[in-house]
Amino acid sequence: MKLYCLSGHPTLPCNVLKFKSTTIMLDCGLDMTSTLNFLPLPLVQSPRLSNLPGWSLKDGNVFLDKTELIDLSTVDVILISNYHCMMALPYVTEHTGFTGTVYATEPTVQIGRLLMEELVNFIERVPKAQSASLWKNKDIQRLLPSPLKDAVDVSTWRRCYTMQEVNSALSKIQLVGYSQKIELFGAVQVTPLSSGYALGSSNWIIQSHYEKVSYVSGSSLLTTHPQPMDQASLKNSDVLVLTGLTQIPTANPDGMVGEFCSNLALTVRNGGNVLVPCYPSGVIYDLLECLYQYIDSAGLSSIPFYFISPVANSSLEFSQIFAEWLCHNKQTKVYLPEPPFPHAELIQTNKLKHYPSIHGDFSNDFRQPCVVFTGHPSLRFGDVVHFMELWGKSSLNTVIFTEPDFSYLEALAPYQPLAMKCIYCPIDTRLNFIQVSKLLKEVQPLHVVCPEQYTQPPPAQSHRTDLMIDCQPPPVSYRRAEVLTLPFKRRYEKIEIMPELADSLVPMEIKPGISLATVSAVLHTKDNKHVLQPPPRPAQPTGGKKRKRASDDIPDCKVLKPLLSGSIPVEQFVQTLEKHGFSDIKVEDTTKGHIVLLQEAETLIQIEEDSTHIICDNDEVLRVRLRDLVLRFLQKF
Amino acid sequence: MDPECSKLLPALCAVLADPRQPVADDTCLEKLLDWFKTVTEAGSSVLLLQENPCLVELLFQVLKPQDLSSGVLSFSLRLAGILAAQENCFQYLQQGELLRGLFGESGPLGRAAWTAPTVRSGWIQGLRSLAQHPSALHFLVGCGALGTIFSLQGDPSLFVASAAGQLLAHVLALCMRGQAEEHPGPQASDWPTCAQQIVDHVEESLRSADSPQVTQALNVLSTTFGHCHSPWTQALWVRLSPLVACLLEKDPVPAAHSLVDLLLSAARSPVLSADCGLWETLAQTLSHLSCTQAGPLALGVLKLQACPQTLRAQAFGVLLQPLACVLEAAAQAPGLPGLPAGTTGDSVVVDTLLSSKSACVGLLCQTLAHVELLQPMPQRPSPWPQAPLLGAAVAVLRFCNGSAAPTSDVGGRLCVILVGCVRVQRAALDFLGTLAQGLGPQELVTQVLAVLLEYLKSPDSSPTVLKKAFQAALRWLRSSPKPSGCCDMDPHSQQFLRELLPVLQKRLCSPCWEVRDSGLEFLTQLTRRWGGQAGFRHTLLASEVPELAEQLLRDPESYVRASAVNAMGQLSSQGLRATSASPEYPGGQQKSLLLDLLHILSADSEGFPRRAVMQVFTEWLRDGHAEVAEDPEQFVARVLQVASQDLDWEVRAQGLELALVFLAQTLGQPASYCPCTMAPPEVAPPGRLAQALQALCRVRLFEFAFRALFDCDRPVAQKSCDLLLFLRARAAPCGNPQDAGSSPNVASAEAALQRWRAGQQGQPQEDLEPEAVMAVLRSVDLEGLRGALAESSDHVEKSPRSLLQDMLATVGTLVENEADCY
Repeated sequence: MKLYCLSGHPTLPCNVLKFKSTTIMLDCGLDMTSTLNFLPLPLVQSPRLSNLPGWSLKDGNVFLDKTELIDLSTVDVILISNYHCMMALPYVTEHTGFTGTVYATEPTVQIGRLLMEELVNFIERVPKAQSASLWKNKDIQRLLPSPLKDAVDVSTWRRCYTMQEVNSALSKIQLVGYSQKIELFGAVQVTPLSSGYALGSSNWIIQSHYEKVSYVSGSSLLTTHPQPMDQASLKNSDVLVLTGLTQIPTANPDGMVGEFCSNLALTVRNGGNVLVPCYPSGVIYDLLECLYQYIDSAGLSSIPFYFISPVANSSLEFSQIFAEWLCHNKQTKVYLPEPPFPHAELIQTNKLKHYPSIHGDFSNDFRQPCVVFTGHPSLRFGDVVHFMELWGKSSLNTVIFTEPDFSYLEALAPYQPLAMKCIYCPIDTRLNFIQVSKLLKEVQPLHVVCPEQYTQPPPAQSHRTDLMIDCQPPPVSYRRAEVLTLPFKRRYEKIEIMPELADSLVPMEIKPGISLATVSAVLHTKDNKHVLQPPPRPAQPTGGKKRKRASDDIPDCKVLKPLLSGSIPVEQFVQTLEKHGFSDIKVEDTTKGHIVLLQEAETLIQIEEDSTHIICDNDEVLRVRLRDLVLRFLQKF
Repeated sequence: MDPECSKLLPALCAVLADPRQPVADDTCLEKLLDWFKTVTEAGSSVLLLQENPCLVELLFQVLKPQDLSSGVLSFSLRLAGILAAQENCFQYLQQGELLRGLFGESGPLGRAAWTAPTVRSGWIQGLRSLAQHPSALHFLVGCGALGTIFSLQGDPSLFVASAAGQLLAHVLALCMRGQAEEHPGPQASDWPTCAQQIVDHVEESLRSADSPQVTQALNVLSTTFGHCHSPWTQALWVRLSPLVACLLEKDPVPAAHSLVDLLLSAARSPVLSADCGLWETLAQTLSHLSCTQAGPLALGVLKLQACPQTLRAQAFGVLLQPLACVLEAAAQAPGLPGLPAGTTGDSVVVDTLLSSKSACVGLLCQTLAHVELLQPMPQRPSPWPQAPLLGAAVAVLRFCNGSAAPTSDVGGRLCVILVGCVRVQRAALDFLGTLAQGLGPQELVTQVLAVLLEYLKSPDSSPTVLKKAFQAALRWLRSSPKPSGCCDMDPHSQQFLRELLPVLQKRLCSPCWEVRDSGLEFLTQLTRRWGGQAGFRHTLLASEVPELAEQLLRDPESYVRASAVNAMGQLSSQGLRATSASPEYPGGQQKSLLLDLLHILSADSEGFPRRAVMQVFTEWLRDGHAEVAEDPEQFVARVLQVASQDLDWEVRAQGLELALVFLAQTLGQPASYCPCTMAPPEVAPPGRLAQALQALCRVRLFEFAFRALFDCDRPVAQKSCDLLLFLRARAAPCGNPQDAGSSPNVASAEAALQRWRAGQQGQPQEDLEPEAVMAVLRSVDLEGLRGALAESSDHVEKSPRSLLQDMLATVGTLVENEADCY
């Protein structure tokens, strides 16, 4: 059983598990941090950006974190755990020879599609007249200014996929529901479980009859909007692959939400605008819910909230229709009937307005001071670029970073010098290390496998040994491009016996409670299922030429020697030998058992746990006599 | 006894003795017992029994095997005990073998009723009351009660078990009372039999391997040494202390908690402290107990008035050990400067700290609380290690917020255990606040302020932790040394404040109301203390804090609105409102805070903000706030008008407070307007008085006060009564009652008074004239009213007769209900 680790990013994992005869890809996250090396793509021509010294607009592209560790066409299935972890799907399923199936829950697919659509839209609406790629040549790259020259693996950076590729990739997805059991080639069964992190997010169980691997990725124990995490089903795992923990273990989401609200209120009260770079789904629902409760108390009822994204409308509406994927509280609202999320009311009362882009209606409605939620959190593309340019010069305005995926200082670099205030309130609801340690105590897996980042404290806080996974036995860690042999061996396989064959068995009790029987049968293996069938009758001697060939395949049915079991008590054995006229017997203890020396007969009987040897010089009669004496102590069946 | 009660008593006793008539309410029986206790304390119990034979009959009824409720059974046992407390009555009851029947083995003790804890408890309490004289002792020994009491020490009901222990201590003291003069030796043969039995039992329990039994023995001894300071207790100690010392040899020490209690109560006993053996045992115990158990003992030792210096030093060392460990773990370099010699991070303590999160948290919280208690005491150890304690508090807080970067292994593990622990954070912040009473080296004070700022800034600080951090910050700011020659804050505090205000600003916008509330409280106190100082004023006005505070007057949470009212009241008094000093807003444009507050007073749906407004207004009037000083009469008139309509009695009471301030100011003698003072108030000169009365009438103060006089809430009426009495005393010689009596206005005033008395409020009133008011004032019996109001509201219903009637009445209804069922 092997694990191929294609991504070194702990929260955007991409691993391939070879288990029995199947090749299963676990997630395909897209690490977009390399976009930070590019200049922002402005919607409106920006003289400032185009005139920056030493910089020129190059291809604003994304980047795939992957090595040629494995031939992607051999991947049988891809299991997706949440919409953030499927952003690389088109790179995996398109133009690679991939012919397998992708499994994901419906909200994952729908919201994942929205994220991809938004990404493609952001990139494609500012088409490049030309694209440059020669700079990726190592010799040229090292001449580039820092930090570009220090970027690693630029050759693997790829252009953003197209909508066509997205659609094609998504068409390979098969929808699944929580706790649904999916058979893969009869060899293993995979099951998604609720992970509590996002709408439709799942952990996966991959099990055969005797082995169980759990894949935990992006889980949360906080009571936000999704269905709570199913922990019980993770019990009794042989291996638990643990990825997608919180990226900001020191920040408690509740405190950060408070910080977010306070800073928002402070800015708006002073007549400033607030910009929140965010993804179009996920934490934004919780933020809107929190603001829904907060704005009246903070006297902000008259402040407009704008949500600008090509998929804003779909995102807000999708969230309301996935009732079965929501937490209990929200589910019960549906029966009232009420919309599960309060943003519906914000929209109704005109407090929250959403637009596909800054063009069109938005420019008519735009009122300041206001709060704008828009993408992309990297500040390199999307409508956020426009607002950064628009509001960056005034110290009244504030940009509040809530997504933890990008370093906010790097994201802000091309906008410097910046007068607007910057607040970093990363909200990451995924498991923290305290929760992980409780989870592991409860679930008790035999082995834990995790990215190496989780096995040591964060580099900046080396004394915080609480910020790492602490379990017994210590976790097995992996890094990018590593192939792990998982630390347990498969020892059993389930084989069915046909009823007629089972009928013919005559078990013999050899110890109280243990019965044995010998079986002669044909092992029939098809679709990874093994069946013992009765052996065919001996070939009819009258068989014609045609039959002869078939009878060749029939195994020889030799007369089988009986099988022996039991152990030989040395003292009694010696007594028996003496009774039968052997004298001068010496017993030597060895590490594995005993040696009985018949000095007179120059014979030696080696008794070990699983074998007995009679060594005598060409005296077949003596050997047979001794053998029969030995057999007296053993059971035959 | 009241003859009325005597008449009711037979009926009641009959009811109690009748098992078919259950007593529904046990509290009645308790009240009845209280009454009997006062009756017997005042007179002879024998007489009582002779006059009321029904009582003895009741007790005899109990002896009969019948299904009396456990409540009545317990009541009877206790009643018998109360009656038998007088020796002659004891003899009287004994004539009929009544007591032996009740408390001996033939009584409830042998019956099924004994399974009810109330009965067992009644039995013990009965004996406890009864055991007051030598005859009682003989009785106790004679009827074999001691054995039962011994076994009740282990009763499953904690109340019974504890009462049994106390009874034993009481009986022991009673036995020895006669011996007091003789001063018995420690030899058992010198002791009375009963005492000997008890002491033997205690000795046996102390030798027991069973920890609960040891605990019982220790509790009996603690009670004895705690309550009885006769010389014989010293002999008892000499006799038992070797056994107590033996307990220390066991590992773990059994019943450590009770052992600590015993040693401390022995050490506090004036008879014992001369005995050196005690100090040695204490020292031994301190070193044998685990650090968690030794903490309370160490604190107890340090609180003792007289105690050897070496023991105090040892105790202080034990107490500080956990903090020493923390300091050592946090230190970059080895060594602990400043801690008393011998205080080191003991490895056993370190092991305890690291053994589990709960052990670590428990020990640290306990230690911090103990040292905090010790800090303000006069007998605290000297020299007081202020600097290391400050260091320890800062270290604990840094471990808790993860900002510590310890190099040692222990430090690393402490960090893992403590990070994010709210309980320790709260305890350490409280402790840090207490330490502000002493000074510290500037370097440490800077660290203290820095760590406080970290906590105030951190988004992860929980609301309770934040509140404590605000409180601690305030105490440290208060204690900061004033720079010589000016009364402003010192530069460090100023710097702290400059960094704090942006944080406060953010906290005032927090979505969590508790945080907004504690932020406002902090602002109020800050302003009260430094509002007059230029440095503070400048920094505050440069921030947005005043403006934010004003916005919080419209907060959805009523507590926050109340705090905002207080904060704004304070800011406004000091001229620190947001825009008042700003050149952008010329004076006329600023919205009046007075109007804002009046609006809250008249429109807010919750009581807290309205009460806060009344307090602010009273303070404004007293301090001559600028907006009020423009036209105080109009101000008072408006406030009283609104307050009189208020449904919350506290608002109305505060209205009277405001009226009193106005009254005193108008009469021109603000110095002694307290109506409680017995000295006759200075009488105002007639001319001035007339003017003052006119003014009071103009603001309709009298209407407000008279109406309050008949308020359905007693405190309001009392306050009003005091106010009018004060006024009458001031204005006593003014006018002639006969003259004024004839005025038609007096009639209308009296009519109004009648209407208020009848509860018809809210009707429009004609203006009252001063003369009429004075006449009414003189005609109303204010003193009588005050006396009536001073009685508690149930004084009529509290009499024993009423109790008896009530009990009979409930029984009657119970019977009736039963009849209805058929």
